[in-house]
Order: sequence, then structure tokens, then C-alpha cells
Amino acid sequence: MSDQTMQLSLGPVLYFWQKQDLLNFYASVAETPVDIIYLGETVCSKRREMRFNDWIQLAEELTACGKQVVLSTLALLEAESELKTLRRLCDNGNFKVEANDIAAVQLLSQAGIEFVTGPSINIYNLPVLKQLHKSGMRRWVMPVELGAETLQELLSQADADGIGETLETEVFAWGRLPLAYAARCFTARYRNLPKDNCSFCCIEYPEGIQSRSQEGAELFTMNGIQTLSGECYNLEFELPRMQAMGVDIVRLSPELNGMEEVIQRFHERIHADASAVDNRIPLGQGQCNGYWYGKPGMEWVEQHSM
Amino acid sequence: MELVCPAGSFPALKAAVDNGADTVYFGFKDATNARHFKGLNFDQRRAEKGIDYARARGVKVYCAINTYPQPSGWQAWQTAVDMAAGLGVNALIAADMGVLGYAAERHPDLNLHLSVQGCATNYEALNYYQQQFGIKRAVLPRVLSLAQVEHVAAHSPVELEVFAFGSLCIMAEGRCYLSSYLTDESPNTCGACSPAKAVRWEETPQGLESRLNGVLIDRYKEGENAGYPTLCKGRFEVEGNVYHSMEEPTSLNTLDLIPELQRIGIEAVKIEGRQRSPAYVAQVVDIWRQALDAAARSPETYQPQPSWNQTLSDLSEGSTTTIGAYHRAWQ
Repeated sequence: MSDQTMQLSLGPVLYFWQKQDLLNFYASVAETPVDIIYLGETVCSKRREMRFNDWIQLAEELTACGKQVVLSTLALLEAESELKTLRRLCDNGNFKVEANDIAAVQLLSQAGIEFVTGPSINIYNLPVLKQLHKSGMRRWVMPVELGAETLQELLSQADADGIGETLETEVFAWGRLPLAYAARCFTARYRNLPKDNCSFCCIEYPEGIQSRSQEGAELFTMNGIQTLSGECYNLEFELPRMQAMGVDIVRLSPELNGMEEVIQRFHERIHADASAVDNRIPLGQGQCNGYWYGKPGMEWVEQHSM
Repeated sequence: MELVCPAGSFPALKAAVDNGADTVYFGFKDATNARHFKGLNFDQRRAEKGIDYARARGVKVYCAINTYPQPSGWQAWQTAVDMAAGLGVNALIAADMGVLGYAAERHPDLNLHLSVQGCATNYEALNYYQQQFGIKRAVLPRVLSLAQVEHVAAHSPVELEVFAFGSLCIMAEGRCYLSSYLTDESPNTCGACSPAKAVRWEETPQGLESRLNGVLIDRYKEGENAGYPTLCKGRFEVEGNVYHSMEEPTSLNTLDLIPELQRIGIEAVKIEGRQRSPAYVAQVVDIWRQALDAAARSPETYQPQPSWNQTLSDLSEGSTTTIGAYHRAWQ
């Protein structure tokens, strides 16, 4: 934790996009004031528009644009082929790695490589922070179901304990929340396709597929084996509190459209006089921030911190 | 294979022990375990009584402390671990690395099992838990196919336990926040999925409706079997189609797989259901005892009796069963 101004990060793309769409997306965000970019496939190993070398090349290009690049690993590892890819990522020798499963933590700690943990690693208390710090974690992303109070307590404890100095804290602050990973592919199920012969149909849904209650309430977004929130999480009004409690990095989760605007808006809120952006209508429709307030995640709580 | 059975109460524990459990597992009466339901679980005195009852009949006892404490709750989890160690349970089933680390350091003689809530789906993750905390066994999440379970078993540094029967989580356990997204409680934080306090039933002109914190989970026509509104088993609308977008109400039943599980070296099979009645536990455990004994006697010719499967189906959610992710095509 540091007293510096918070940095902005762009999480890994959670959806399956055409290679060209993905490259175009990164070409445009390379021009934005985002500081850190996470790259890689974290949801399904069958998505292979981008091969290992494509990711590395992209990582090199973004680094040349002045971005700090981190390679993100798969969250749910079930097959040996997936472990093989994981080993390759962990051994890349150049870029930092975001571990999204304990398998990655194991490989990186064994190799003595410092790492980042993603939001699917269950860190709910100080002993876990210390355990993973001991294993080489130097940055962690808070699990999305935790809120400000827990974070505040954890960060004070981490500081008191002394690990705070060599540990960065990142908060998932904008985008559809990653809520669950399953054995089953919900996109293939929707299309009546078997998972083993899925025709990679999730590439047809670059923003996922919305699922609603029978009364039309937005509930979830189906993204292959992953379930995302139906509403968009938005903590843009909580940034001053985050800064005050010692959060180092604010994560925005990629959507195909409008990402530059989101980045710009968060950048302004962090760096400029907040009143300059105050009066604008919040981004997008259907937002939630309940988790931050210790409430059901889908809820929207009016902010008091501005 | 060891038959590990649920004990949500003393009567359920007795039912499991009397009907052939090798082991029973229980949790304390608080959020430290993943079946934190009203009226269930054990305080220290009941736990002592239960352990005495099981021990006297040669049955082992495991204690589940398998949720994830937050800073404000750490003390309660620590106390629970100390209590379990003091009770002399045969193993502690835990998920959180903080809990595992505390138990390993404070009670080095206590056997540690990684809970299904720890979500270790591969042997590299198991290596971490084994090397860091000395776990003896892990319970595998219900997301792996049989071939994948076999592969993990072939490389695992620890014994493996798998789910054999009961409610079916389709999400990787310990990494599912659907419940806290709709309500304010999840299995990780509070030991509850789709908590009863958030459930509402309502008769309406459109049919019987089940809601979770106000959100419509399902609507039943007359004569339709209405189940508990676990949210992943709801009927939702996707691009104009209303269906069970995640999973039908059904239960896991792996009676057919017993010889295979035995062959690939699975150490123990687990019956889910600490929230179930003693009568349910008695029936399920009785059938599984018979099945395991039959398979041990003659693995080559083992066939589950049709009456076993029939009884288990009748006891199941939606009166249907599946072998779930063990069968790749289900995925």
C-alpha cells in the first residue's frame, strides 16, 4: 500500500471475441490513460482465437505503449492440457502473472516468482493475505462479494502486520461481476449444443447473453461456463474512499463498446477535480454497487461519499 | 471405500451411524460451516454426545469448519477449530487457508481435509494445500468428469473423497457468489445458499411463485412439483425462452459409478444433506451401505438394484437423479 494516487487497470477480457475485435480493442485502449492491462483467457480453454504467442506479442506491444502488462491465468482448471498452458504462462520469464487458481499459486511460488492473485482467489482475512504473501503474492484483487468495511479492516490489519508495504491492493470497480464458474457451459446449453462440440458459439455473444427473471429483472449474464452479474458494478463514486483507505489499483472489466469513455471517466475522477465530472449521468444503465456496502450485490445504494 | 454421511442433528447422526455409516460429519451451530441453517447443527454438548455415540459403534467423526471468515469473524472460527480439536474429531474439514493454517500450527495432530468449498479441481492446487498445510485428504468439487477425477487421482498427493449422492451444485464450490448477489448471504461468507430468510412463497393467478429477496425464481402451474428456490435451479428468461437456464431441479446419484470410483482409487464417498431429516439420512445411508458392500464383494458383477435407484429418486429433488458432471455429456 502506498500514498500515491490510485492506478487504473483493465482486467482480462472475460468474453470470447474475434481476434480482430480483440486486437482493435487493445489498439484503442493503448491510447487511453489506463496504467495496467491484464491479458489472457480466464474462462474457457477452448477459446483459441488467440494463441500463446499472440498474447505474448500483444503484451510486448502494449508494454511498448507504456502499459504494465500482467498475464492472467484460467480460473477453473480441470484438464492436463490446461495445466500445461498454465505452466507455460507461469514460465514466460518476462511478464507478471495473475493467478486465478491455486494451481497457479503453487507453480509460481515453487519457482520463486512474485505474482498477483485475481478475484477468484478466496482471500477473506489477514491470515490468508499473509499466507499468500509468504508464497510470493505482491498484489491481490479483492473477491467481488466483499465490501468496503471488510476491506478497510483487512488493510489496517495488513499495515499493522507490516505486509502492507510490499502488497498492492486492487479493487474490481466497474463492469459485470464474475459471480460463478461451472462444469457446464450455459451458452452451449442455451444453444442445445453439447459442451464437447460447442461450435465455440459464445463467440457470437461478445457481451454475453442476458438472463432475466420471468418478470424481466436483469439477473445474470451467461458467458460460457462463467456467470456474470446482469447489472454493471460501478464504484466510480467510491473512489475517494478507496484512495483514503489505501487501495492502490482500480480495476475496470472490459466490455466491447464504450470502454474508452469508462476509462476516461474513472481517470478524471481519480486525477482531476471530481466536481468536474460530478454532474454527468452515471455510465450505462442497470448498475449495482450493493457488495461494496455489504448488501446484496445486485442493489444500488445512493452514495454519500461525494 | 469409506461412506461419509451427513449429521445435521443428533437424530440424523444416530440414523447415519445405525444404518451403516463409516464416518459422520457435522458442523457447529453458527456460520463456521456451509450448512448454516436454523435448527441444525451442534453445540459443544451435543457434539460430545454425538461423538460418544458414533465412537461407541466404531464410527469416525469429521467436523466441517468450511466457510471463509472475515476479519470481524476470525475469532469465532478460531474458537470453532479449538473446539473441534478439543472434541478429538478424526478430521477437520476446512476450506479457508487461514483456518487451515491456524489448525495446522495450533493443533498439529489434527487431521486436515480440504473441503469441497476449497475448490481444488486439479493436482497442482492439491500440491499447494498438501505442502503448505499438510492436508491428508481433499473433497473434489462436483465439476469434474469421471475421466478428470481419474487423472487427478493418479497424480494427487493426498486421498480423495468425492460426492456420491445428494443435492447437486453445478457451480465450482467456493467460487459461487450467486446467492450473495441476490441476497446478502453466500456459502463462503455465511454458510448459506439461497437463505431461507429471503424466501417467499405466493399463490397468484399465474400460479405458485417462489421468490428470493423479491426476485422471481420460479412460477409453478397447478400440479407441478415445486422445489426450494435454490437460485441456480430457477426458470429464467433468455432471449424470449423461459427454461431452467442453469440446471433442472435434480440430485446427484452415483450408485452406478461405485466400481469405477473404487478402481481409480477414490478413498471415500460422501453423502450430501446435513439439512435433511433423520428419516432421509437413514434411507440413503442404508442403501449406500448395501451398495458399497455389494461392490466390495464382487466389483466385476456389481449392479445397483433397481429398488435402490427408485428409492433414491423418490427421495430426490424433483424426483430425478443424474450422475452430473461425472458424465461428460451432462456438462
